[in-house]
Amino acid sequence: MPLFRNGRFEDDDWQIPAGDAPLPASGKVAVPKARFLAEREALRGRNAPVGVLLTAGDTLDDIVPDLPRLGLVVISFPKYADGRPYSLARLLRDRHGYVGELRASGDVLRDQVALMLRAGFDALDVTHAGTVAALREKRIVAVRHHYQPASAEASETRPDPRPWRRVSAALS
Amino acid sequence: MYRYDEFDRTFVQERVAEFRDQVARRLSGELTEDQFKPLRLMNGVYLQLHAYMLRIAIPYGTLSSRQLRLLASIARDHDKGYGHFTTRQNLQFNWIALKDVPDILDKLAGVEMHAIQTSGNCIRNVTADHFAGAAADEAADPRPYAEILRQWSSLHPEFTFLPRKFKLAVIGAPNDRAAIQTHDIGLQVKRDETGSLGFAVYVGGGQGRTPMVARKLRDFLPEADLLAYCEAVLRVYNLEGRRDNKYKARIKILVHETGEAAFTEAVDAEFAALKGKALTLPADEVDRIGAYFASPAFASLPAQSDLYERAVKTDPAFARFASRNVHPHKIPGYGIVTISLKPTGQPPGDATATQMEAVADLAAHYGFDEIRVSHEQNLVLPHVRLDDIPAVFEALRAAGLATPNAGLVTDIISCPGLDYCSLATARSIPIAERLSERFADLDRQHAIGELKIKISGCINACGHHHVGHIGILGLERKGEEFYQITLGGSGDQICTIGEIVGRGFSSGEIVDAVETVIDTYLGLRTSPQETFLAAYRRVGEAPFREALYAAAG
Repeated sequence: MPLFRNGRFEDDDWQIPAGDAPLPASGKVAVPKARFLAEREALRGRNAPVGVLLTAGDTLDDIVPDLPRLGLVVISFPKYADGRPYSLARLLRDRHGYVGELRASGDVLRDQVALMLRAGFDALDVTHAGTVAALREKRIVAVRHHYQPASAEASETRPDPRPWRRVSAALS
Repeated sequence: MYRYDEFDRTFVQERVAEFRDQVARRLSGELTEDQFKPLRLMNGVYLQLHAYMLRIAIPYGTLSSRQLRLLASIARDHDKGYGHFTTRQNLQFNWIALKDVPDILDKLAGVEMHAIQTSGNCIRNVTADHFAGAAADEAADPRPYAEILRQWSSLHPEFTFLPRKFKLAVIGAPNDRAAIQTHDIGLQVKRDETGSLGFAVYVGGGQGRTPMVARKLRDFLPEADLLAYCEAVLRVYNLEGRRDNKYKARIKILVHETGEAAFTEAVDAEFAALKGKALTLPADEVDRIGAYFASPAFASLPAQSDLYERAVKTDPAFARFASRNVHPHKIPGYGIVTISLKPTGQPPGDATATQMEAVADLAAHYGFDEIRVSHEQNLVLPHVRLDDIPAVFEALRAAGLATPNAGLVTDIISCPGLDYCSLATARSIPIAERLSERFADLDRQHAIGELKIKISGCINACGHHHVGHIGILGLERKGEEFYQITLGGSGDQICTIGEIVGRGFSSGEIVDAVETVIDTYLGLRTSPQETFLAAYRRVGEAPFREALYAAAG
């Protein structure tokens, strides 16, 4: 699946084993939260970064202690109108100081891309053909001026001394 | 009022460009109607029974004459020459072509207006007391806080896909004219014993099929914590609110099912983590926004106006208007004028382009250029010299806008109902029209006194029937419309949900039934000073039920 990361499409360097399939012997690997919790010790012993897959209804409580060591958190949007991943992303970035890759997967559509980036996602797993094309051809039209601080402070500028105004970089 | 700077202008222009792109994709077929729906809703575009409807935001119901004139020109150029003011202080046009919408939005942007978040599962247009900045009973002006909330909630990246819509209302007076306890978050600006400003915070009110009065979560939230606390409430709701059933998705259900104590605990935990950080209101930012709402240059006038008093004595029509449509102003020599959009036999809340222009002229000439929209679907000139009110009255009369019925039985709130709305189960406007004809006699209306009738054409309760002193809910059974009556509801500071009085009435019977309720009240009130609501609270529903159903056995 095309991975949009750091403003461009890149090859995915992470392996996500299907279901209960055995973990690959080496390389970056990400597993669903339940499997992560069940195999936490074995995963910790690996010589490569580990990631966790979350879905919209998941909580963060039981993985908070692991966040400093995680290289990837993927949050799946069951449908784009399910807004829970935005709050999870903000909690990961702002509350828990997670600095690894934060990837949106599932129903990722072009009209939500700007919101996802502001909520702290820095990678998008895109399957929707129209969205892939729009990102590739830099055709996404989005609002860049914002009235509230969010979770993309590093990539946003402050246009004036007002406390909450932010401007994000152009998507296209 | 608030004025845009370059940043605000750019923001709205970018949003118009974004929506123009979305409309183009819909018109080219790249987006299906299903995919387009949430996108258009987020920008106030509904597909109704006959056409697209465009709902334009009027933040906290405040307009300038220039803005109202522009709305009039849109009514003329893109609609059928009129618009409809809503219970959320917005304006909607019912006959709009989708292809015109981006151009209409461009025109709106030219007068610092937009349609952002007037629909969809996001934070809706923030409402406020329509007498803000003018009312004699005000502790502080709620508008600066409403504006701060409007900005913070605009395209909020975290709260754009909530489980369901989310409504905020702000007042600054002990008398609640904005029904804050029926909102998802209701805020009352107040002062503590040291004189510091803060808010009483109510959460989880709402109407619809499960009406609930909001719980007071905070008696005094310090001013500086406003946004951090709201963000905490919204985050808990976004994560925990139900998404399995749209009828159980409002925050009121979450508060109810979680329990007030556990819900408060969850909000407090989130608030503790957000408090004192980026969202804290700096005093200079509150002052900066507040300066936009500074009082206009009021003249120093005697409290009484001879001209006004003489008109009251010599012109019975003016006396009637003055007794209902003029409210006390905080400044001596001024009054607040309510312009009723409820003439006999007309749809509540409608105004023609010509009427909008007449009101704009009056505001420019007599009222410091300010107009308000009330949630009761009337217009307000908040600052008029008492000396000028007789002339304003004459001009309103010429425009067909001088109906002296504010707060009376014909000042009815009604949703658009089955004449326009695809959700409705029954017509509501014709019922409102027939009621206003039945009670058209002004002497009778004034004799009945304060009485709020509210009509909804379906269980979603856009016509606020749950908080009508007399509420009417239109339903459908076997292809026939019928109407349920609730009594004793109130949306003010003593907020109560009306009680269903018994079986419903047919469209043919409902006006007689309301008249029976009112005649019963007139027969049992202790004096003309005892309002319908006071009398109902004293005697309960029994006498009314008996009068309505005894004859039928």
